[in-house]
Amino acid sequence: MQLDTIAAISTPMGEGAIAIVRLSGEEAINIAGKLFQGVGEKRLTDVASHTIHYGHLIDPKTNEVIEEVMVSVMKAPKTFTKENVVEINCHGGLVSVNRVLQLVLNAGARLAEPGEFTKRAFLNGRIDLSQAEAVMDLIRAKTDRAMNVALGQMEGRLSKLIQRLRQEILETLAHVEVNIDYPEYDDVEEMTHKLLIEKASYVKKEIEKLLQTSQQGKILREGLSTVIVGRPNVGKSSLLNSLVQENKAIVTDIPGTTRDVIEEYVNVRGVPLRLLDTAGIRETEDIVERIGVERSRQVLKEADLILLVLNYADELTLEDENIFAAVEGMDVIVIVNKTDLPQKINLERVEELAKHHKLVTTSLLEDVGVDELEEAIASLFFAGSIDSGDITYVSNSRHIALLNQALQSIEEALEGVQAGVPIDIVQIDYIKTWELLGEIIGESVHDSLINQLFSQFCLGK
Amino acid sequence: MQYEAGNYDVIVIGAGHAGAEAGLAAARQGAKTLVLTINLDMVAFMPCNPSIGGPAKGIVVREIDALGGEMGKNIDKTYIQMRMLNTGKGPAVRALRAQADKFAYQHEMKKTLENEPNLTLVQGMVESLIIEDDTCKGVITKTGAMYYSKTVIITTGTFLRGEIILGELKYSSGPNNQQPSIKLSEHLEELGFELVRFKTGTPPRVNGNTIDYSKTEIQPGDENPRAFSYETTKYITDQLPCWLTYTNEFTHQIIDANLHRSPMYSGMIKATGARYCPSIEDKVVRFNDKPRHQIFLEPEGRNTEEVYVQGLSTSLPEDIQHQLIRTVPGLEQAQMMRPGYAIEYDAIVPNQLWPTLETKKIKNLYTAGQINGTSGYEEAAGQGLMAGINAGRRALGKDELILSRSDAYIGVLIDDLVTKGTNEPYRLLTSRAEYRLLLRHDNADMRLTEIGHKIGLISEERYQKFLAKKEKIEAERERLQSTIIKPKKEVQELIKSLGGSELKDGIKASDLLKRPEMSYAHIAQIIPSEVELDDEVIEQVEIQIKYEGYIEKSLQQVERLKKMENKKIPIDIDYEAINGLATEARQKLKTVHPLSIAQASRISGVNPADISILLVYLEQGKIARVSNE
Repeated sequence: MQLDTIAAISTPMGEGAIAIVRLSGEEAINIAGKLFQGVGEKRLTDVASHTIHYGHLIDPKTNEVIEEVMVSVMKAPKTFTKENVVEINCHGGLVSVNRVLQLVLNAGARLAEPGEFTKRAFLNGRIDLSQAEAVMDLIRAKTDRAMNVALGQMEGRLSKLIQRLRQEILETLAHVEVNIDYPEYDDVEEMTHKLLIEKASYVKKEIEKLLQTSQQGKILREGLSTVIVGRPNVGKSSLLNSLVQENKAIVTDIPGTTRDVIEEYVNVRGVPLRLLDTAGIRETEDIVERIGVERSRQVLKEADLILLVLNYADELTLEDENIFAAVEGMDVIVIVNKTDLPQKINLERVEELAKHHKLVTTSLLEDVGVDELEEAIASLFFAGSIDSGDITYVSNSRHIALLNQALQSIEEALEGVQAGVPIDIVQIDYIKTWELLGEIIGESVHDSLINQLFSQFCLGK
Repeated sequence: MQYEAGNYDVIVIGAGHAGAEAGLAAARQGAKTLVLTINLDMVAFMPCNPSIGGPAKGIVVREIDALGGEMGKNIDKTYIQMRMLNTGKGPAVRALRAQADKFAYQHEMKKTLENEPNLTLVQGMVESLIIEDDTCKGVITKTGAMYYSKTVIITTGTFLRGEIILGELKYSSGPNNQQPSIKLSEHLEELGFELVRFKTGTPPRVNGNTIDYSKTEIQPGDENPRAFSYETTKYITDQLPCWLTYTNEFTHQIIDANLHRSPMYSGMIKATGARYCPSIEDKVVRFNDKPRHQIFLEPEGRNTEEVYVQGLSTSLPEDIQHQLIRTVPGLEQAQMMRPGYAIEYDAIVPNQLWPTLETKKIKNLYTAGQINGTSGYEEAAGQGLMAGINAGRRALGKDELILSRSDAYIGVLIDDLVTKGTNEPYRLLTSRAEYRLLLRHDNADMRLTEIGHKIGLISEERYQKFLAKKEKIEAERERLQSTIIKPKKEVQELIKSLGGSELKDGIKASDLLKRPEMSYAHIAQIIPSEVELDDEVIEQVEIQIKYEGYIEKSLQQVERLKKMENKKIPIDIDYEAINGLATEARQKLKTVHPLSIAQASRISGVNPADISILLVYLEQGKIARVSNE
């Protein structure tokens, strides 16, 4: 709990040039060593303390190069935590740093709890007594907040899906247990290797599906990059404000890092939007005007979603038509705003221009049409999937790491069963999978197995 | 009229499965021990099923034996049938189970107690304890005898305010119509102990001469019976079979029609029963889709015709029991000799105990067995042994012995009890052990002989034998790890005949053994050992090599556990003074008083955040002490 090796992103979230993933603990150097490929035969486990090394991080599963990095190795006890510490400097940006973190977590580190580096520094005698109370407050406050965040996520589909998977495993476990503890009860079907393979394969497939959603999770981790465009005074800032107010900004999904509320991130019905250059909107009200047509086209091209705003109370202009031309072929939602004022716009023309896009009419001032807009955003994002209602997206680094571990352990279970290892022994891996999944939703109580045992089977003397 | 009756180091109240082990363990460590029982004819009596062992429980018996306890030896001398269960499964869950000659069993145990030099066995009913300054100093019996001692162990089983319930009938009684112990229960309450009311039950017994066995299936013992004790050399080969039959729709109809007369359903029984030990009426109601339930007919001994009807545990009225029995194939003409019944009794809420089984409230007072909320002879004996060891050591001025969850099932059992308490009679199950691959039937001696020897319960001779065995295992393991098997023709042919894939290259013998189709015997065929190895050595070598990867995984978990266990919490810790603990956690911590961070983290309601805070607080205290110096 305390002496294992922990890891976290230790630079603020954002678009810095460099980000740092820090590891602390006995295994820090070994874990980083497993992933690091330096120049020549250089191995991190051999290098001197307090040195920095250039190289690449390799995914040991696929041998794929993940990142170009500089790695600092600091051996205990002369470090911040008095434990072995490794700092991996990688390229800034959420995607790369998250990938590095996940790699490290998959390799055996545990995601640090809020304030845990500081706590370790304290526990190892690095911080003096006067700071003790402060540390305790920190742990309590941050844990509570992290728990609240976690609880928020609990209500989601992810938790239901995980619960279902766990129940599936639990029933299997109870079945195996009953065979062990009541070997003579003939009315309990004997759990066979074949049945176990079926169950394990199912669980594995489901976990893989979940992890796949995390792959396309760029969107979920980074947000769907969204640009609001339109002529001056069509209501772009109102739209921004409306989205932010309605949905509040996203709170960091990585506990332990201090990325607080970032206003440019909003969560619309589960779709995180990263509103690009929104600061620009606030300052000049008009991105097109501010950075010129060429530059703005560039920005538009990089966007995942365009919110194109038109003025209901004004006639369509050439500028509007140009914007339509600029966003052709992209995911666009056309918003005809200011319906509280008398109509001047030619709606037929708008419909023609927007025939490949979604069209919503709003009065942001009077809060009319916002629901439809959000619906449009959500349905656009989830489009393409057959049954969007069933998709569960995993976006939290901790969850992804746990899912990866769970996947590994169910794969080991599967290998074990296929190799003919006795059922009660491979069960070790089933239980581990079950516990790891439980950690995602904050449940790992062992007693539930025993409860399952007695509710599922009729036992006794 | 009270009189002074003597001075002892240790007094054990009760001579059931817990009391017998407790008395012997204390006496064998050198403590002058008195064992008091309400009825001398009931020493180590089996009021319920005439069997010992089974999954988890059988491993406990092996552990008791490895620590120098008596249960294994006693059953080895008195079984009528021995079976190894779960042989088709992995080594971690194999377990022995013996059918006992219950009368021989109790006579044999009584003889052992009587012949133990440091032990005095006396009939007497203890009604109160002698307590001074919250410390137990002795006991007083109904007849006025005052015995003084340094420590006292209570092992009263189901006798405390016992009440037998049979249909509409309810009367004050211990098990099997023994005298109940009422005053002692009241006394414990006065001392401030929190008691709970639990319930258990037993099925009727029938006369074997009236059973038509041709309608049942025979369940014989193993052809080559094995022993519980590592010291047993003589095996009983003359075994008696058990018999299997089933209930049917008529049985179930009778139960359904008479549920209103069942004390379970009429509300007469309020105490908590165990889910793993349901009565037949419970099974029929809860699992009403099941067309039949198994009934095992188990002989109660060699010199009796009484047969235990396992699976028909009931508290229905006697007249209904007569009808019930006769619906079962083979029992149509069966004559019921004793009816089944339910029994309610007082138990102590076990989180009032330290992991040594000493009570937190009264110093030098220990409790063990069913009084601590468990059920089962083996669970009782395991606790009795540990309470006997610790009460004995206390009396002799030695330090305590606590088994960890990674040492033994006994460790799991006691830790569960004192850390989590229990809201139903507690039974060991293999699933309660996190490290069951390490806590095997076969390696109980490897795990515990060292400890047993250290505390003086394992003789030097046995210890030397154990060391020799250990050495042989090591040597053979090393040999297999360092010998390369080359892909010679006869090797390839052997592998092919077993359905494995041929070797491409030379391979370590140990790696070849890891293949599922290979056994030690196959390896020995290719590279025979120069020294003769007995089966127990071979079993160890085979398991240790074959399941190395999984064992390694478990050991890593244990390593983490040990680190947390080494973080001790001082007994005088003031939880009120720790800022930031959640209210529920604070209350639980105050009640349980965990001795280590590991134990604290197992308490339900104590969250990781609370543990973090606790760690910081403990560390703060350490720093504070250092800076004061």
